Amino acid sequence: MNKLLRLLAASILGSSAAFAQTVAITDATVHTVGPGGTLENATIIIEDGRISEVAPGADVPDGSILIDAAGKIVTPGFFSPIGQLGLSEVGAVAGTNDAIQRGDAFSAGFDVAEAFNRRSTVIPITRIEGITRALISPLAREADEQGHSSRVLSGLASVVQLGDSGDYLTRHGVAVVTNFGEAGSGVAAGSRAAAIQELRTALSDAMDYRQNKGAYERGEWREFSVSRTDLDTLVGVLDGERAMVFNANRAADIEVVIDIASEFNIKAIVAGGAEAWLLADELARADVAVILDSAANLPGDFDFINARLDSASILANAGVRFAFEAGSFGPGGRTHNSRNIKQAAGNAVAHGLSWDGALRAITLSPAEMYGVDNDVGSIEIGKAADLVIWGADPLELTSYPEQVLINGESIPMRSRQTLLRDRYLQTDDSKPPAFRN
Amino acid sequence: MLDCVLRQQNNNRTRAMIKTARISALPLTALLLLNACEQGPQYEGPAPYSSRYQPLPAVATLLRGATVLTGTGERLDDADVAMDGGKIVAVGQNLDAAGMLVVDARGKWITPGVIDVHSHLGVYASPRVDAHSDGNEMTAPNTAEVWAEHAVWPQDPGFVAALAGGVTSLQILPGSANLFGGRGVTLKNVPGQSVQEMKFPGAPHGLKMACGENPKRVYGSKGQAPLTRMGNVAGYRSAWIDAEDYRKKKAAAEKGQGEAPKRDLKLETLAGVLDGEILVHNHCYRADEMAVMLDVAKEFGYKITAFHHGVEAYKVADLLRENDTCAAIWADWYGFKMESFDGIRENAAILDRAGACTVMHSDSEIGIQRLNQESAKVMGAAARAGIDIAPERAVRWFTSNAAKALGIDEVTGTLEPGKMADVTVWSGNPFSVYTLAERVYIDGALVYERGNDEINPVTDFSLGTSALHGGPQ
Repeated sequence: MNKLLRLLAASILGSSAAFAQTVAITDATVHTVGPGGTLENATIIIEDGRISEVAPGADVPDGSILIDAAGKIVTPGFFSPIGQLGLSEVGAVAGTNDAIQRGDAFSAGFDVAEAFNRRSTVIPITRIEGITRALISPLAREADEQGHSSRVLSGLASVVQLGDSGDYLTRHGVAVVTNFGEAGSGVAAGSRAAAIQELRTALSDAMDYRQNKGAYERGEWREFSVSRTDLDTLVGVLDGERAMVFNANRAADIEVVIDIASEFNIKAIVAGGAEAWLLADELARADVAVILDSAANLPGDFDFINARLDSASILANAGVRFAFEAGSFGPGGRTHNSRNIKQAAGNAVAHGLSWDGALRAITLSPAEMYGVDNDVGSIEIGKAADLVIWGADPLELTSYPEQVLINGESIPMRSRQTLLRDRYLQTDDSKPPAFRN
Repeated sequence: MLDCVLRQQNNNRTRAMIKTARISALPLTALLLLNACEQGPQYEGPAPYSSRYQPLPAVATLLRGATVLTGTGERLDDADVAMDGGKIVAVGQNLDAAGMLVVDARGKWITPGVIDVHSHLGVYASPRVDAHSDGNEMTAPNTAEVWAEHAVWPQDPGFVAALAGGVTSLQILPGSANLFGGRGVTLKNVPGQSVQEMKFPGAPHGLKMACGENPKRVYGSKGQAPLTRMGNVAGYRSAWIDAEDYRKKKAAAEKGQGEAPKRDLKLETLAGVLDGEILVHNHCYRADEMAVMLDVAKEFGYKITAFHHGVEAYKVADLLRENDTCAAIWADWYGFKMESFDGIRENAAILDRAGACTVMHSDSEIGIQRLNQESAKVMGAAARAGIDIAPERAVRWFTSNAAKALGIDEVTGTLEPGKMADVTVWSGNPFSVYTLAERVYIDGALVYERGNDEINPVTDFSLGTSALHGGPQ
């Protein structure tokens, strides 16, 4: 165990007092992803879970827990921009999945945050790779036994922190998730046109509801296409309090997203975005952000015909705000692969994106998309101390976090995978592995 | 017309050539032909279904001044790789370049071409529309009679994307719905109008078998066997009993004792395994199931060449080494189904440390494009656990060890003189996320060069798409 780890172990053993206690990370190369840029030999001071100072040679308050990070690199914690962390344990085990509803009760208002399980085994596995915040989002409902399919609107997404203590919600209800393209039309009457119409109707209804709420409540107004809960949720979208995430890949579908964003003056985010590069300038002008699955370069379906590996650099050059998801890295999709967003970012660098741009896309950019950038996403005074200490280039796959802090707390660098690893790394076979604890 | 005896001699001769690494482009007459000799009509020219692969035009080439990972566990710095006549002719420093095209490879890294032992390209082709779903003959738990090569669509754009990831050879397998999914085929990753033009000359067939959740779910949900893992194992054993019987009857008939049984495609495949001609590639996640399958293999006297998707292989690394069975695995797929719950990134590291044959496979049209990166993730996880894995060691997982699992290690998979010149030149250390395959040679022919639209292949399907301006490639 090196010196750094010993100190960290001490800080963990120092009990929950660590939260209140001042922490100083010294002598690090700090990629702030903020106006400070990259700082050499910098010290980060953490008080009450927040960053109170970041500067070379900053004064260390007496009694601080010291983390000597000489020769180390510090980045903001990574942000998984979409997925089902804490909502899905094992993909194919139905009882462990809470991101899809079966009933007709809600569409936009289906609030998956109610089901978030902060003790999911997937969370430690993910956070020890540097992921500290995540959007937890609903999935499109599948057709039921009667053939009734879901609405285009699949529900409400929230931002959570992946630490062990404190409120898990960073911000509730940051976005409504919708499904366009092959997925969207498949669940809404078999045509893209039907999907688009359904969404426009719901948004128009929400506008009408907002203007005539009193009459509606008195029963003096017409019926709407969605429930009261859904209308309230959509009003938040119209008011700009929350974004609307559109799962879409085909350029034609993304054009519709841009139109709807302008027509209803809403904050739109495209997720998937295989052909978004074809509309890079339009997306930049309309301030529509993209959550890019940039490894999905093959035409998995006809929505992906023009996918390409260098689309992130094209979006960056046009000034589009974007983040990375890693859904195509394996069958675990956006959830179990969320720890691989740094691989997506690194690959984008190989295909022309700047290193700083890649780091921003897995830290500050998603925080901005969901309106939590005052709180997280960069290493700036006043923000939550979500920090990752690396021994080498964070985007390299051969590097790994030596310590992760969430809200200033050093999390245990342990998961059921590291426990399995440690059990089977032992070679003492005098007894079965079950006795190696 | 060649007679049957001569054909058989040719067959034996070609096999011998593979063993001694002196293989030519001669197509190997398949096991099938022996049966055809006994029972079927005779044809002029290549045997039905045999390889019609012809290497692309090549010039003698010397790659100068690179870091070379040979695939044998060695790393050579500032070294050259010389290719002529489709073969590696020399690897070392300051090689004589007389008469050769010299390519400046300073700053580059060179490895054997990437080999993926588990791909469904062509049988689950992009676009993944229902009409392209040709990988699982989900009509019975034993479909040993089907051959993946009869469904491979050469226009799958995934082949070209894999080429851009440095892949020079790959095995296309049927899916895992069935206990016996059918025969797999090993291909050279070259564009072809037909699968025959892609078939790796002389490579043995594989037999795809599957343990665990998939067969019992697919058939159990239809109310038929197998419904449980017990049913799975009973299904394998019953089939092997039939295959033994078939083999005995055939052998007896050859000695003039009794009538030869009617040709049976299913039993022909299984008998091919018992004869050691067809290699078993067994989809199996859980450690306990691997142990059971090794016993099934013992009962019937066959070898399991590789367990695929062995997410728990690390739990039985010693057992795999003792049985000389490879573990073909992903770097970090886990949690998508119950039998993948215990997947860990250090799997390959623990296997490799135990001396088991470790293979990095893809099972994915996306993953096949970066088997080097998947290995890098293992190296990172291993380093965290205190195990240092050098590049020259990790590269074996997707080169020489993969070649071993496919039974083609005598002819490819390492950079040794006499081997096929299947070579990938990388822009840097292949285990860096920033590195890309820059040049790919197959049998000494430059088949891919990054950014060079003049030479890079584009499938029919990709015409008019982003593939023409740097898309999938």
